[in-house]
Amino acid sequence: MDAILTTYNGVEFTIGAAILEFSYLLAAILFVYGLKLLSRPETARKGNFWAAAGMVLAMVTTILLHTDTAGNYIPGGNAIVIIITVAIGSVIGLLISKRVKMTAMPQLVSIFNATGGIASALVGLLEFSNPGNESLLVTLLGLIVGSVAFSGSMIAYGKLDGKVGNISAGIMKYVNFIILAAIIGLTIYIMFQPNPQDVSLMVYILFAAALAYGVLFVMPIGGADMPVVISLLNSLTGIAAAFAGFIYNNQAMILGGILVGAAGSILTLLMTKAMNRSLINVIIGGFGGGGAATGDEGGIYKEISVSDASILLAYSKKVVVVPGYGLAVAQAQHTVHELEKLLEGKGVSVKYGIHPVAGRMPGHMNVLLAEADVSYDKLVEMDEINKEMETTDVIIVVGANDVVNPSANDHPGSPIYGMPVINAEKAKNVIVMKRGMGKGYAGIENPLFFRDNTRMLFGNAKDSLQKLVNEVNTL
Amino acid sequence: MDNILIYFYSYKEAIFIIVLSIYLGIEVISNVPSVLHTPLMSGANAISGVIIIGGIILVGHSDLSHLSLRLVIGIFAILFATLNVVGGFAVTDRMLEMFKKKK
Repeated sequence: MDAILTTYNGVEFTIGAAILEFSYLLAAILFVYGLKLLSRPETARKGNFWAAAGMVLAMVTTILLHTDTAGNYIPGGNAIVIIITVAIGSVIGLLISKRVKMTAMPQLVSIFNATGGIASALVGLLEFSNPGNESLLVTLLGLIVGSVAFSGSMIAYGKLDGKVGNISAGIMKYVNFIILAAIIGLTIYIMFQPNPQDVSLMVYILFAAALAYGVLFVMPIGGADMPVVISLLNSLTGIAAAFAGFIYNNQAMILGGILVGAAGSILTLLMTKAMNRSLINVIIGGFGGGGAATGDEGGIYKEISVSDASILLAYSKKVVVVPGYGLAVAQAQHTVHELEKLLEGKGVSVKYGIHPVAGRMPGHMNVLLAEADVSYDKLVEMDEINKEMETTDVIIVVGANDVVNPSANDHPGSPIYGMPVINAEKAKNVIVMKRGMGKGYAGIENPLFFRDNTRMLFGNAKDSLQKLVNEVNTL
Repeated sequence: MDNILIYFYSYKEAIFIIVLSIYLGIEVISNVPSVLHTPLMSGANAISGVIIIGGIILVGHSDLSHLSLRLVIGIFAILFATLNVVGGFAVTDRMLEMFKKKK
């Protein structure tokens, strides 16, 4: 089918080009279909497979059938360079994805997101200097968004891995604003040049400014806000890819990118809703706005011994575990599953109450518990588990704090007032596993710890759970 | 007003695709159970590696006769995008495998 020129209704094209466009249509359908299947537990794995198949299809047909404006196919030598590069990347990608521990999943998601972002930025950078490029604005936008997604994801990775601390000076707000204004100004300046390609130095400055903005925008955002940031960065990478799609007028890229952008935005909104905060508020950072001290904080907390706790658990009918980031830090997911099996063996019903923003990325707790083989029908969403609180004998809070803080319901002065929480205090007994009396991320007291029906079990979550397992075993 | 309409008309195909894709994305994703938030995010993340097509086009039509900065940057773009695509889909599969194997 080499260069058979066909004319239909006055449009000239080769059969190869027609097949290529058709394969892009198929790839786009596979992306949508895959994403649809991914949203149901029973079909999710198939969905992932079909989306991957769409990607492979688009890659193969592009190598085989893509022609430049002069109608030349990709030469064999170039094809070999591409294939070797893809092969190297695949091996590295596969190795990383197989080797990384499930507890490091948020870091990994951030890293992969960063690679997608930088790829978009590099393509934008190169295409800008391409004289045949007629869509300079989208090229610049792709460069900017891709760069922000890249450097932002790298910082998010550093934070999740504990390599980067929180730096949130008040002045940062203004610095961010200035850089953002500079990015917009530079873009407009470049676009209004008679020959934009002549000011390539400006484009490099723009690239650097966008990278800096990504760093500074994620830097002040605290750990508990990470689920919002990660899904936001995810959506940015999609948008960057879509911009690049416009350069090539490639519908598969446009649709794939926008699909991811839209999905990421939805997830971002879900996360901000789960924290009762606006996106702006998360980005500007900090729990601002009238964080006055809560009135009836303090009081006396009561501890519980491991043996009392195990007796309490073993003779309950219904136990609910509320995991938080502390579970991930202590890597206690296997131990908690062990306790769950042991209790179930004694006829106790055990469920997990999962708050949507528990952990450091959307769905973090689910992945963690799934790794430990906890069946997913035991993972109950917040609204559902709240309906069962009154009939729950014991609720165990493992390494969570703000997501079970009753101030969110009944204390209008509290900084987290209005955030939906798991109503742990309504259960008959509450056992809180904590390392000490430190405050949660929001830095506020949790009146739950001082309730009459609450007992504290201090220590590392994994050790405490292990002791409970040993003790329940002897009963 | 006229300007907006002219703009709309000249880019009507692109605008159709954008609007409908956004709608599609929202429709497909809403009502996802929170169990699947992470795999969904990481699967979608892999799809955003579709930028690899751009890298392939760039390197595919580059001059191989000498080692240009353009070629090197293009190769890196492909390499990073491959990491995104392959790593993303592979790790999503690994996660979903864990979700599946229980009874």
